Amino acid sequence: MATLYIDNRPYDVKEGKNLLETCLTLGFDLPYFCWHPAMGSVGACRQCAIKIFKDENDTAGRLVMSCMEPVGKETRISLDHPDAEKFRKSVIEWLMTNHPHDCAVCDEGGSCHLQDMTVMTGHNYRRFEFPKRTYVNQYLGPLINHEMNRCIQCYRCVRFYKDYAGGKDLDVYAAHNHVYFGREKDGILESEFSGNLAEICPTGVFTDKTLKQHYSRKWDFTFAPSVCQHCSLGCNIIAGERYGELRQITSRYNGDVNGYFICDRGRFGYEAANSVDRIYQPALKEENVSLNQEYIINDIAALLSTSNCVGIGSPRASLESNFALQQLVGNGNYYSGWSDEEHRLNKAALNILQNRTAEIVSLKQIEQYDSILILGEDLTNTAPMAALTVRQAVRKKPVENAQQNINLATWHDAALREYIQQRHSDLFILHPHSTKLDEIATQVSYSTPHEIAAKGFTIAAAIDATADQVIDQIATSLLNAQKPLIITGTSLFNEPLLAAAEAIVKALKKRGKQPGIFITQADCNSMGLAMMNVPPLSSAFSKLSDSTLIILETDLYRNLSTEKADEIMNLPKRIIVFDHIKSTTSEKADIKVPVGMFSEADGTIVNNEGRAQRFFQVFVPKNEWLKESWRWLSLLKALKDGKAIDENLSISNIQSTLVEALPQFRGIEDAALSEDFRLNGQKVPRAPHRYSGRTAMLSNENVSEPKPPQDIDSPMSFTMEGYRGIPPSSVTPFFWSPGWNSVQSINKFQIEIGGPLHDGNPGVRLVNSNSSITPIDFEQKTEKISLKEFEWQLVPVYHIFGSEELSAKAPAIAELTPKPYLGLNQYSLAKLNLQENDMATIEHHGRAYQLPVRLRAEINNEVALILFGLPQTAFFVKPVIIKIRPASNGITNNNSKHE
Amino acid sequence: MERPLTKNIHLNRPPLDAKEYEMAGGYLAVKKALLKMAPVDVIELIKESNLKGRGGAGFNTGMKWSFVPMGEKAPSTKYLVANADEMEPGTFKDRLLLEGNPHQLLEGMIVAAYAIQANTGYVFLRFAYKEAAKRILQAIKEAYEAGFLGENILGSGFTFHLHLHTGVGRYMCGEETALLNALEGKRATPRAKPPFPQVSGLFGKPTIVNNVETLCNIPHIINNGADWFKSLSHSEDGGTKLYGVSGNVNAPGCWELPMGISMRELIEEYAGGMKEGYKFRGVLPGGASTDFLTELHLDIKMDFKSVSMAGSRLGTGTMIVLDDRTCPVGFVHNLEQFFAHESCGWCTPCREGLPWVEKILWSIEQGKGSLTDLDLLEEQARLLGPGNTFCALAPGAAEPLQSALKYFREDFEQHIHQHKCPYD
Repeated sequence: MATLYIDNRPYDVKEGKNLLETCLTLGFDLPYFCWHPAMGSVGACRQCAIKIFKDENDTAGRLVMSCMEPVGKETRISLDHPDAEKFRKSVIEWLMTNHPHDCAVCDEGGSCHLQDMTVMTGHNYRRFEFPKRTYVNQYLGPLINHEMNRCIQCYRCVRFYKDYAGGKDLDVYAAHNHVYFGREKDGILESEFSGNLAEICPTGVFTDKTLKQHYSRKWDFTFAPSVCQHCSLGCNIIAGERYGELRQITSRYNGDVNGYFICDRGRFGYEAANSVDRIYQPALKEENVSLNQEYIINDIAALLSTSNCVGIGSPRASLESNFALQQLVGNGNYYSGWSDEEHRLNKAALNILQNRTAEIVSLKQIEQYDSILILGEDLTNTAPMAALTVRQAVRKKPVENAQQNINLATWHDAALREYIQQRHSDLFILHPHSTKLDEIATQVSYSTPHEIAAKGFTIAAAIDATADQVIDQIATSLLNAQKPLIITGTSLFNEPLLAAAEAIVKALKKRGKQPGIFITQADCNSMGLAMMNVPPLSSAFSKLSDSTLIILETDLYRNLSTEKADEIMNLPKRIIVFDHIKSTTSEKADIKVPVGMFSEADGTIVNNEGRAQRFFQVFVPKNEWLKESWRWLSLLKALKDGKAIDENLSISNIQSTLVEALPQFRGIEDAALSEDFRLNGQKVPRAPHRYSGRTAMLSNENVSEPKPPQDIDSPMSFTMEGYRGIPPSSVTPFFWSPGWNSVQSINKFQIEIGGPLHDGNPGVRLVNSNSSITPIDFEQKTEKISLKEFEWQLVPVYHIFGSEELSAKAPAIAELTPKPYLGLNQYSLAKLNLQENDMATIEHHGRAYQLPVRLRAEINNEVALILFGLPQTAFFVKPVIIKIRPASNGITNNNSKHE
Repeated sequence: MERPLTKNIHLNRPPLDAKEYEMAGGYLAVKKALLKMAPVDVIELIKESNLKGRGGAGFNTGMKWSFVPMGEKAPSTKYLVANADEMEPGTFKDRLLLEGNPHQLLEGMIVAAYAIQANTGYVFLRFAYKEAAKRILQAIKEAYEAGFLGENILGSGFTFHLHLHTGVGRYMCGEETALLNALEGKRATPRAKPPFPQVSGLFGKPTIVNNVETLCNIPHIINNGADWFKSLSHSEDGGTKLYGVSGNVNAPGCWELPMGISMRELIEEYAGGMKEGYKFRGVLPGGASTDFLTELHLDIKMDFKSVSMAGSRLGTGTMIVLDDRTCPVGFVHNLEQFFAHESCGWCTPCREGLPWVEKILWSIEQGKGSLTDLDLLEEQARLLGPGNTFCALAPGAAEPLQSALKYFREDFEQHIHQHKCPYD
């Protein structure tokens, strides 16, 4: 601890941190631009100037930039010194000489850090009398809008995009007062994290282009704390609504999960909620009956009580909805919706976490590991934020060295990058094809999934052997690391990979290391579903004949081959689908019931590390169908059982039944404060206190303002009324603090800058150690795959945009989804006598599909890559062996399912 | 009067080649230092000589070298860089050394590199010095052939490779850390200090950046000792100095003279005094980024301390004389236009403040200024002062401005009152 005197008042503070973050932690309002808590200091903007004094006798002091000065044992500073105040005001005056002052038409207005800092410094009178410089803007793709005239040259954008996120195509050009931030020429930003520019930029240069389609000021939104639904990581997000429409997703800081950032799929995938593929009205497939709500519900209830019911749950539906379905159909009649492979994979993932051989690593904790092995996972495309944290992790050791060798502080960003250059700690990637993280890897190797698993077992065996026998570079690195981490996942559908990962962590543990494990899965609640411990689809077959099948929020055609899915869909007498979005499955159902998407629903999902996280309803849609599946299913259960309907069934009610029935979920009630929580007797408002237009927005329907909807599931109101102040972290709908209208207000919500939120980061880790050490299994469960002439192993390749079901429905994401292709190496192309872009015919299960071929020089001879999850490649649901031949002209494209 | 730096420079013939240079006593210092002296002795000797950096900052060169980590624990890769990016307006002294006797620079660099145990060196050369580039390349070639560069120089076990890097015309590259960024192929923006380049410089390795003139002094100190070096000077700063004078004087030029010669002697004797019809009004004593001095200061010694006491800086020691027929507002405007254009755009005060200053000066020069503009200029000059900006560019730019406002205020006021430039 050290003593910091601020304007002669002493404070106990941490030594070595910079003065800016220390002052902010202490709650002082000190303006800044170029510093960012996640990216450190560079001293460019000069906005955070303060006075520093040598000792108590020094009255003159020296003007310094607080972001560039460390806290010493005893430091004396002044924030209020007239020189410092004058200088800070002058910095704004300089920045404003060229700023267009177009706040009224700027998307950033009302949530603008530049506005906040301008007010904070007190600059308000323009003395600059000359023309402003102007720039030409660029087209940067469908996600981000560019308006360079507003730029104040804080350099944050390039520092985030290039230095932090490893992007290549955004840079700074020109010099003096004509510095330009953009691309070499117009074009789509290539980084998977480009959306963060909208939050990183302190003004309106980079803004959310999708928001522009339905713009609203920050103060006019209704917000809710939510959790991203587009991969298994569960990044925390803030979802914003206006006029009954979901309009914006921003990052919600969680120091254990996503930190300050989210990926572009998470930020821009939300428009699935407004997509033309939404199911808004219930539909009966054949009968033409009135779609009266009561009638349909009663009709379904009648069906359920007169026939045997089977339920299929979903890894993208909440725990509560899955549980409500299980309750409705009965324990023995409830299945997961997974194929046998997916079922085994997700169970295996869960088992590894439960065995607790290794530390279960949270997304943000990845950054603390100094030797990382990635076994068969293309993180950038399957769990993008994990790729971003791995990029930070590889800098950990060099940063520590810089501290030790030349005493560089961890926040001294530019100096650190200069000293470290390209050095990074060990990262090994074993994957079938090249990935974006390869550029920071110590070693990469491209092989078949089975070979990767086999290599994993070899590494485990090498670690298990005595030290002097370790000749494997990866094994040696993991053994020598302070904190070794194994990252793997389910995306290659290869169970031995997980077994190999487990063997490695066990071997490391045996050698006295504290290894970490991080396993990614396919969907936002895959882990939750695995924890429910229900059988896979194949077990349901015997019960399906003549049954009433309820399918919850899932598309069987994404999980099973078309043949298998058709088989299932043909067996039951009736199929009822509860879903919010159209799918092959929903369109084949006899009854299709619309339900609420995450923005219209409350629920709990469990992320890949077993963290239960609560998402909250953002708004109450006018369409009364759009409620949580669990609400409909609970209603049906009451009707079926002939019990009284509980109109006020809240999420707490269903959660308490849930944890009673499934005690492994004990703790989910603590993932968020319950609905009866109050602060000073008040609810937490979802809308900022400047929310406007409430009395007018529905006046075309009725001049009397309707009663605002009540939220029976959370301690938040749907309005601007309620507690003014910083709410507890689990029910923080938006970040705002007096004088801090932008996202930078997050500083006020943290215990210390960059640390946990006040009263802790939300979420509850459910998977806890059972610390039973089972023996290491080095047995290679890898089957040798033997290929015949003109056969290849079809291996999935993922793309951040398009491979995930829901986000693919968002127009901006759809625009960025790549065209499907079949990836083959030079040898395979030559063997097939094919050139790039020629059509190839894939034969599988007696069907033929056509795809253009693309050269992927790095892959193995036996491997053919296929872009996963696109409508055109939907026939591919698990690794298979295929026959490939050149497409001859006479053969028509039989890939007709979606065309 | 001894003129060690320029004695072998003859403007009417090409520079000495390696052989001629050796015959004239060249490369003796390399032999002496590499074969008979330990690196630490070289550093000590230079420290003792009180050689001060000739790039403008005037820091003790030996002291600067001594901050480089030495010994077994030190990084094995270190660099020596000659700052030959001479772009300070009015400064042309290094050009004389570069074109006139490139081997002298090479010899200084070899010894300096040996002192800090750097195995790689770069000459970062101003883009416009095309002739110097040719001559340096030729000299490097000859030095390799003669065995003064390369592996195991003279059997000493010391290896030094030298490369020429030509800039693209950025004043910013004269700042040593911006120079290093440029040398790495990055934007020429300065770096924060600490860490100093001696610890984390080029490619994050210990690096010394020395001015050309500084390095050219090294062989002579090695050969003749610290006392001899000190004895050359008229002041406490050791050695001779290349002084230059430009402006409306009779004989503008560049001369090697004892450090601490008086400004009057320099202007009146060496530069031949003011041209007929021109009167002396003031002078920027050390290049464009130094404060004006006036007639009152003509008798000060041209050394680091004396010029500083007079309220300016010795800088590069090459002065620009302002006469009574040149508009000081236009003069300063010209300078500020240069500085505003050469700002790298990294920090706010320099990037936004200098163009503002330039625009105000231009409007005053056009007769469109007001008296409040003068207050604004004074305020800007203060705000652009040392410590407020990221590097020394803007504080340097503020120096001629603030001193012009002090000494030539009536000229500014005349512009404002007459609504035109009185010199037109």
